[in-house]
Amino acid sequence: MAGSFTRMIGGRNGAVLLASLGAGTMATGFLMSDNPLAAEVRTKLYPPSSDYPDLRKHNNCMAKALTPAIYGRLRDKITPNNWTLDQCIQTGVDNPGHPFIKTVGCVAGDEESYEAFSELFDPIIKDRHNGYDPTTMTHPTDLDASKITNGVFDDKYVLSSRVRTGRSIRGLSLPPACSRAERREVERVVVMALAGLKGDLAGRYYGLRDLTDKEQQQLIDDHFLFDKPVSPLLTCAFMARDWPDARGIWHNNEKTFLIWVNEEDHTRVISMEKGGNMKRVFGRFCRGLKQVEQLIQERGWEFMWNERLGYILTCPSNLGTGLRAGVHVRLPNLSKDIRFSKSLDNLRLQKRGTGGVDTAATGDTFDISNNDRLGKSEVELVQMLVDGVNYLIECEKKMEKGQYIKVPSPVTQYRK
Amino acid sequence: MAKNCHNDYKMKFSGDEEFPDLSLHNNHMAKVLTKEIYAKLRGKSTPSGFTVDDVIQTGVDNPGHPFIMTVGCVAGDEECYEAFKELLDPIISDRHSGYKPTDKHSTDLNFENLKGGDDLDPNYVLSSRVRTGRSIKGFTLPPHNSRGERRGIEKLSIEALASLDGEFKGKYYPLSGMTDAEQDLLINDHFLFDKPVSPPLTCAGMARDWPDGRGIWHNNNKTFLVWVNEEDHLRVISMQQGGNMKEVFRRFCVGLQNIEGIFKKHNHGFMWNEHLGYILTCPSNLGTGLRGGVHVKLPKLSTHAKFEEILTRLRLQKRGTGGVDTASVGGVFDISNADRLGSSEVAQVQMVVDGVKLMVEMEKKLEKGEAIDSMIPAQK
Repeated sequence: MAGSFTRMIGGRNGAVLLASLGAGTMATGFLMSDNPLAAEVRTKLYPPSSDYPDLRKHNNCMAKALTPAIYGRLRDKITPNNWTLDQCIQTGVDNPGHPFIKTVGCVAGDEESYEAFSELFDPIIKDRHNGYDPTTMTHPTDLDASKITNGVFDDKYVLSSRVRTGRSIRGLSLPPACSRAERREVERVVVMALAGLKGDLAGRYYGLRDLTDKEQQQLIDDHFLFDKPVSPLLTCAFMARDWPDARGIWHNNEKTFLIWVNEEDHTRVISMEKGGNMKRVFGRFCRGLKQVEQLIQERGWEFMWNERLGYILTCPSNLGTGLRAGVHVRLPNLSKDIRFSKSLDNLRLQKRGTGGVDTAATGDTFDISNNDRLGKSEVELVQMLVDGVNYLIECEKKMEKGQYIKVPSPVTQYRK
Repeated sequence: MAKNCHNDYKMKFSGDEEFPDLSLHNNHMAKVLTKEIYAKLRGKSTPSGFTVDDVIQTGVDNPGHPFIMTVGCVAGDEECYEAFKELLDPIISDRHSGYKPTDKHSTDLNFENLKGGDDLDPNYVLSSRVRTGRSIKGFTLPPHNSRGERRGIEKLSIEALASLDGEFKGKYYPLSGMTDAEQDLLINDHFLFDKPVSPPLTCAGMARDWPDGRGIWHNNNKTFLVWVNEEDHLRVISMQQGGNMKEVFRRFCVGLQNIEGIFKKHNHGFMWNEHLGYILTCPSNLGTGLRGGVHVKLPKLSTHAKFEEILTRLRLQKRGTGGVDTASVGGVFDISNADRLGSSEVAQVQMVVDGVKLMVEMEKKLEKGEAIDSMIPAQK
């Protein structure tokens, strides 16, 4: 049944049939994709150079790394899930980028994309992750929250604490590539596992399609609801297909542990609470992740992970830990100081507005989180965030008293 | 190819597991698609690799509007209309007033067959325009084509258009590398088309690689315009101020035939067959692909209780002067033919000419305070 139409028209008879439809001899040969000879004809008719994208106005990691030679070698490759290089880079071709923000410009359609197209992905990963070289380095995973020290911030400054990451289910295609059946399978696997969580993690799943008005309003009020993606970076990467089929939100009854299903990744896992107890937030994060992992393993599933790239997610920027640990923190004095930006850089932290990645800060409250994702473990990154935020709060306190503050020295990069 | 050329991977899931949820949908595709049809078609692929999932993606992603019935599917190549006819034939029938799979479509681009059309009152008819689309044989369509193919289409089009002479002599403006001055002029002339933002188009993959391979050609007189690689391979437009639809249609027919001749010489004629006429990306544009229309002032008639009825009987449709998704401004409407498939170009433009003439007379009567009931036509 599979490919019956193409089998039916295969071979010389097929060529005659297509020619009679007026396709023309060169085009006929080209169009018969299952014929091994046709692949050769297609390559002659449309060599990779004819398909090479025009990236002259582009400023993203993909445009920086792609060359005609790489494209020539990879264009006709296909992953076991039938994903191609053109599909990986479509979002970067369609979105030239911003002169000031460097977007990644490519996505993976499945776990194997990172292997099949490593000639392109590896330099992009190195560029995006500050020199992490996937060909020589290994990524450490550490979800032991007990190692965190000084992880409780002054509530006078830190209004809320949050840790997020993503997890992909091995064996199923990622959001750019998945079929409806695969996406529904992801939903089934994850929801079934989450139903097994107990105690403070016990909770409920809300499928996007069947939300009642009341449920929808509650999720909006809790700031839990995610919308259909409108950002061209995501829509051009085919991630909004079939919306809202198999998308949903799960959260525990206490509203401190939240999981998004089938948004930009198979799952996004979020632990949060008001106030400055990052240690507790991270503790719940690790506990919840480990329990979910165990629950899916009991049914024969596992997360996508390898030693080279850590946890595999859709966007190369989220490889490794996929972890963004952050706080909403008030820094009225420090944020106006000329040394603020440099301090953040040296602490390997980034600031965002409290509305998220594309918002500006309002007033004196900032979202401060870790820059890095790959090459350092979860514990290391959270500790860096903790140390950094403590330092910033110390600066703020000093400035309140009119005391002298210092730009911190840069924290170390990767171990070799 | 931009799309997944090998459907086989998805076949390991059952048809039921893959079948889209269309419970909130109101478009032609959702009305027609059943689990049985889906099961029959999902294993198929056209020679270039387009599948039924590709055909319907735009309709799955865009449930539609409660009042407007969108088509909800596109063709990725000429062969789609044959390979997926269990799905597309009923949609075509629904959209094109009961057109049957056995019906034949007639093409008539002989402008001399049009009667009248040169005397529409310019006090009411502000401008006249005829547009159609053409697809070039041997290339896949905008939802599916690769950058190489799109550039091939552009190259052929430039060559064909560059050889036009006389009243058709003109210039091509590729969208990439357009200067600001050129862009401003094209905007002022109302010629420039933008990157599609409408979800029915973007979800069908038609905005990929923008603006690569896209451009606008127009003649020096600015009365004949061709869009390259927007929603179709070519969109061909003839237009001018005032009500001389006869002249607009003459130029349309002559220009089209000149262009077609050149493409044929390169063994890349237009996609056409005797059942569906001209093959275009959207099933709604099959047949003639022709929309002939005027911008006409009908402030009184448009508020008359029978306005919609009159339009329906004349087989015409109204739009705002900004195009398909806009409302009318100041009583000025875009009035054009509703049909595309099952009648010829001449017949469709004739309906516009005759219908608009009648409506202008009605408007004049209403201005004098007279009734128009006796003028209301029978259903065409």
